[in-house]
Amino acid sequence: MSIRLSVVDRNGGEHEVETAPEGSLMETLRELDYGVSAICGGMCSCATCHVYIAPEWLAKLPDRQSDEGDLLAELQFRQDNSRLSCQIQLKQEHDGLRLTLAPEE
Amino acid sequence: MSDTHTEDHIYIVGAGHAGGELAFALRQQGYAGPLTIVGDESHLPYQRPPLSKAYLKGECEATSLYLRQLAAYEKANISLLLSRRVERIDRANKKLVFDDGREVTYSKLALATGGRARRMTINDATRAEGTSNFRYLRNIDDVMAIRSRFEAGQRLVVIGGGYVGLEVAASAIARGVNVTVLEALPRVLARVTAPQMSQFYEKVHRDAGVDLRTNIEVTHLEFNATGDAVTAVHCTGGVVIPADYVVVGIGLLPNTEVAQAAGLDVDNGIVVNEYAVTSDPDIVAAGDCTNHPSVFCGRRIRLESVPNAVEQARVAAASLAGKPKAYESVPWFWSDQYDLKLQMTGLSQGYDQFVLRGSMESKSFAAFYLKQGRLIAVDAVNRAQEFMVAKRMVAACKSFDPAALADESVPLKTLAGPVQPAAPQA
Repeated sequence: MSIRLSVVDRNGGEHEVETAPEGSLMETLRELDYGVSAICGGMCSCATCHVYIAPEWLAKLPDRQSDEGDLLAELQFRQDNSRLSCQIQLKQEHDGLRLTLAPEE
Repeated sequence: MSDTHTEDHIYIVGAGHAGGELAFALRQQGYAGPLTIVGDESHLPYQRPPLSKAYLKGECEATSLYLRQLAAYEKANISLLLSRRVERIDRANKKLVFDDGREVTYSKLALATGGRARRMTINDATRAEGTSNFRYLRNIDDVMAIRSRFEAGQRLVVIGGGYVGLEVAASAIARGVNVTVLEALPRVLARVTAPQMSQFYEKVHRDAGVDLRTNIEVTHLEFNATGDAVTAVHCTGGVVIPADYVVVGIGLLPNTEVAQAAGLDVDNGIVVNEYAVTSDPDIVAAGDCTNHPSVFCGRRIRLESVPNAVEQARVAAASLAGKPKAYESVPWFWSDQYDLKLQMTGLSQGYDQFVLRGSMESKSFAAFYLKQGRLIAVDAVNRAQEFMVAKRMVAACKSFDPAALADESVPLKTLAGPVQPAAPQA
């Protein structure tokens, strides 16, 4: 069964995105024409799939692994609710997830 | 057959990372007219880096390599002409001629032709290419053929100790394959990195069980009686290495022949300016196939890199859309082997000082390349955070104190200066 995400693009536009609860969040976001560039393809090497997770959803996601935290720490647009979308595996329980695409560095 | 429409129609020649990115970037830049990507493979534009890593190990399927799935092209109204090769560009009449004889008229053209695997030059190469167990590695079909033979106990000979060869070796070891790597130069990764880094990677591969040999050249190949399989690789010094499979990774040649035949300037790549425009104002080019000016390096360069393909594709799209912006990115690369995440920024060529931060024994370190005091490149192994800092430091084109770079008691970011925090959002 598909899930719905609420995605705010870099111009503030809100989109409802329907996707299968499989693969990484990045893989869904890179399909969008306003989506993330994800240059390294999910290797946690480039930080070009940076998103802000709505605060109420933060605790429901798996913790950051060290590489992800390391990359995020040095981003100009980092916030407390920053995540790299390639490191979040989408599951059924993420139905309703709200996020905002971070500006490109 | 020829179509005669005279309206705008932008064609992108090449369906690799640059070609795919260019198409979507054109739509983002506001181009709404007809847009077609032409590619000689049967696949949608896909990521090549996993070919020698996760895809080779069988950890993912072809469709997961695609930059975007078909629905995204349909939604963006981007047409795909796949399994089709462009034979000729007729610039006088603004026509593309395909391998099936069909012609189309373009208003503007983007060349994202990438490169192809460099072939071996030994006499036996052509014969070997016709066998079932000798393969260059460049595309999905190559990997499909190779990975079907990745079984424990198989004897794999990898010719070439560059990134592709070493990544293939690491992937093969993970599958229990017996691996020999042959490098003609005195050390692996000789063209791209310092001797210290070469030594580090040689030790890592040998510790993992790879029979890694340097300073050794292939002289000829041995075939079975029916001639349909390579059975051994013969090398200088009379060395003979039995093989069940041979993979060759000895570099890439840019695909520039069609551009050259069309009279565009070509010099180790299709020559473009900082706006990714070729010597014909109606034709742009992006990715591995281009020779472009680098503000950062102060000279013309050709890069084989995904970040370059993506970023230059966007510059090319902006030029086509009439909103030119100059390309001024700092090169960066990555390579994953075993449990090592190597990230590189800048180009180390011409360095005169090598500074190590951390220890190679711990498999967590950063290597700094300086030229007359100025930091020109950094290789980081399992140090993602320092790599992000290093990108800023290299981009700054500044000098750094070598002793300070090596001093682990001082956080690198202290040397680099703080990230400029952005205004909070959302």
